[in-house]
Amino acid sequence: MTESTGGIDMDEETSGVVKKFLYVNRKAPYGTIYALESLEVVLIAAAFDQDVSLAFLDDGIYQIVKGQHTKNIDVKNFSPTYRALEGYDIEKLYVEKESMEARGLTEDDFLVDVKVMTKSEMADLMASQDVVMSF
Amino acid sequence: MLHTVNKSPTERNTLDSCLAHVKKGSAILLIEDGVYAALKGTESAKKLEATLKTVPVYALQPDLEARGMSGRVLDGVKLVDYGGFVDLVAEHPTVQSWL
Repeated sequence: MTESTGGIDMDEETSGVVKKFLYVNRKAPYGTIYALESLEVVLIAAAFDQDVSLAFLDDGIYQIVKGQHTKNIDVKNFSPTYRALEGYDIEKLYVEKESMEARGLTEDDFLVDVKVMTKSEMADLMASQDVVMSF
Repeated sequence: MLHTVNKSPTERNTLDSCLAHVKKGSAILLIEDGVYAALKGTESAKKLEATLKTVPVYALQPDLEARGMSGRVLDGVKLVDYGGFVDLVAEHPTVQSWL
């Protein structure tokens, strides 16, 4: 039993194992619930001290755009949470260059520091993981 | 006829279908993720630019604000609030929601 499992009894062989988790975000933030659900699961992995990376591609890029103000659509603005990820030691955020450019966006438009990479580099990143979760 | 589009143009082909069926005298209103279609520097903006020559295009301001996209809208696209949305619905005899 370890502190990080919150008292849940875990097999000795599985406790303490750190895996590489990649969360692939491909959906715009408010039209569907995927972006918010992804964030929730990311925070769970962080609580278990896993090696977490986040990838933003396709419409997922829109999740981390600066200046979101949701007051007038009566939906929670969860974009500040991406800035809090650093506090959970989640610092590996990747943006696919092609997706960013197709949307007329640049690195300066994001509310967090990201590493911009090409599609082919993204493919390598995906291939290097133990677990990939797609949202 | 008022056409509303609520899907992102890079996620679904809803906008393309709408644009292929819209006729002079109609209007298009972009709502929810549909507002991403109005962003400068995108493929969809080029299509809307051509559409704007014959048909007015509107976008719902609260949805743009929520997504941090207020300052990025293509010139010629008119912004409306919820009151404006209601006016557009009232002005047109029919509404087609492209889902």
